[in-house]
Amino acid sequence: MPIKVENLSKIFGKKTKEATKLLDEGYSKEEVLEKTGCTVGVNRATFEVEEGEVFVIMGLSGSGKSTLVRLLNRLIEPTEGSVEIDGQNLATMNKEDLREIRRTKMSMVFQKFALFPFRTVLDNAEFGLEVQGIEKEERTQKAKEALDLVGLGGYVNQYPSQLSGGMQQRVGLARALTNDPEVLLMDEAFSALDPLIRKDMQDELLDLQETMKKTIIFITHDLDEALRIGDRIALMKDGSIVQIGTPEEILINPANDYVEKFVEDVDRSKVLTADKIMKRPETVDYDKHGPRVALERMREQGLSSIFVTDRSRNLKGYVTAEDARKAREEGVSQLSTIMKDDIPTADLETSIQDIFNIIHDAPVPVAVTEDGKLRGVIVRGAVIAALADGNEVNGDGA
Amino acid sequence: MVLDNIPYIPVADGVDWFVDQITDWFSFVFDPIKDGFGWLLDVSADSLAMVPPIFIIILVAILAFFLSGKKFGLATFTIIGLIFVHNQGLWEELMFTFTLVFYASLISVLVGIPVGILMSKSKLAENIITPVLDFMQTMPAFVYLIPAVAFFGIGMVPGVFASFIFATPPVVRFTNLGIRQVSKELVEASDAFGATGNQKLFKVELPMARRTIMAGVNQTVMLSLSMVVIASMIGAPGLGREVLSALQRADAGPGFVAGFGIVILAIIIDRFTQNLNKEK
Repeated sequence: MPIKVENLSKIFGKKTKEATKLLDEGYSKEEVLEKTGCTVGVNRATFEVEEGEVFVIMGLSGSGKSTLVRLLNRLIEPTEGSVEIDGQNLATMNKEDLREIRRTKMSMVFQKFALFPFRTVLDNAEFGLEVQGIEKEERTQKAKEALDLVGLGGYVNQYPSQLSGGMQQRVGLARALTNDPEVLLMDEAFSALDPLIRKDMQDELLDLQETMKKTIIFITHDLDEALRIGDRIALMKDGSIVQIGTPEEILINPANDYVEKFVEDVDRSKVLTADKIMKRPETVDYDKHGPRVALERMREQGLSSIFVTDRSRNLKGYVTAEDARKAREEGVSQLSTIMKDDIPTADLETSIQDIFNIIHDAPVPVAVTEDGKLRGVIVRGAVIAALADGNEVNGDGA
Repeated sequence: MVLDNIPYIPVADGVDWFVDQITDWFSFVFDPIKDGFGWLLDVSADSLAMVPPIFIIILVAILAFFLSGKKFGLATFTIIGLIFVHNQGLWEELMFTFTLVFYASLISVLVGIPVGILMSKSKLAENIITPVLDFMQTMPAFVYLIPAVAFFGIGMVPGVFASFIFATPPVVRFTNLGIRQVSKELVEASDAFGATGNQKLFKVELPMARRTIMAGVNQTVMLSLSMVVIASMIGAPGLGREVLSALQRADAGPGFVAGFGIVILAIIIDRFTQNLNKEK
């Protein structure tokens, strides 16, 4: 368990004690500001990050996410609460221990890169080792390895101003990787890059993560980004964490209106429609086939249910594997006896937003129909994938 | 009148008393400084005056050539200007003035940069030092000559002292400003990688603030130059003394000639320090 955060708070202002008390009594951020003049940066954040996990903290600007990440390495002093890394409480340790943690266990990547303009790419990457007093030879070697890793091996003698934004952030990433930390704090690391480069960097980070297996805490305001790279996502609002979950959990079970609204804001949910993400459906014929065929097809395709249509592909219902198995054992040969017709359906033009609501508590995939004819099927995973990865969506079904 | 009822406050007497006391109390500091530093100044100026002028002119011209990025403009100006000063028989005075400016700015910078760093690191220090700097800069420069004489007698040493007080504020202010202007993310980056306070200062803040600090150094040097001219009133030798004596005799010609000498020196020093800043 590399990182365990408990009741971590930051209150900016003078009357922090009073403000803490008001928060305990359940007053809101605005009310606390009004009564005490204190700004609540982070309000009792509690979460744990697993080793090797990409943990995304997401929120709009002003939600406290940047403050929170700075509390984790104490660039900002916490008002109360604890940050445990490998069992040591970072929030209370002395300056020397803190420095040691920063040097060896945690590195940070910054939104605006924060490269030293008067240092070459190599010297920038060496910085973390340089302050530790590591020999020049060793740190050069390690810095070069890190630069190779991010694909900048050929640029060691350039200055940051000679590089593009994407390359500069690679230097920032290399600098953070050079001292081989356990935890990587990335504060809106890709937000300053243009969308195409941003996507490349996300992919590259994921590739690197395959081999590095670092614990990454990634701050972003961009839900798409969070969905793409996060193993788990923590959503912040007004300094509080309102929901923590896997991307799927967040999308399908928004904890409250705020999260729901966030999810709605995913652009594509308005643009993408059912026909763009549906797949070709597996079916059995109502008139021709019995439970045995249905069961066989489900087994071949690895499905737990299958749609039933008539000869002209009019949707009749579905059978589940369980029912089909039972029917076969009992020697029933007609599908009609075990067929269910409480099928969740959608039109070709139904938006992803609405499909969420349908798929939410449906027992089987959503059937996409046109004039009663089955045209495609949408599984839960496709919805998530489409949201997380809109650019690659294309209708390979129907 | 109500105002007439307020008794006269003897501020002037107080300052007199204060300066007298300081002179007495610290004579054990002032006297060795006067002797030792005075000797250093004399030796430096005399040695410079002993070097054949042509060597100095060539050396300065070469420096100018390289400092200005291998351009001939500044080098040419340097050669013509220095030959002109020599031609007017003011070479020795020029050497004295340069020595004074050199030591006065050196001391200003050596004291000013650390004070500026202190100011940038501590809000309290900034609050205390800022009004002191304001005072030092706005008080008419002539006023400093009086305690300077009390402490160090007459000659070059009080000139350097007065110049130090008058010329130090810019480098202090610019150092403070330069360090405070370093972007927050860069400071955070150095903290986040576990730099100590000193590492942060020397590896990040000072390099980042270098240009601003050098602009302050340039200001300080120019103020030193203006002050050592005024310091001729308390017996500091050099071009200023020529101006002063021309003034006393209402002699426009020699006054302007010595004035030109100062302008030439000022331009050379200014361009040199500016080019130091540009390099890289």
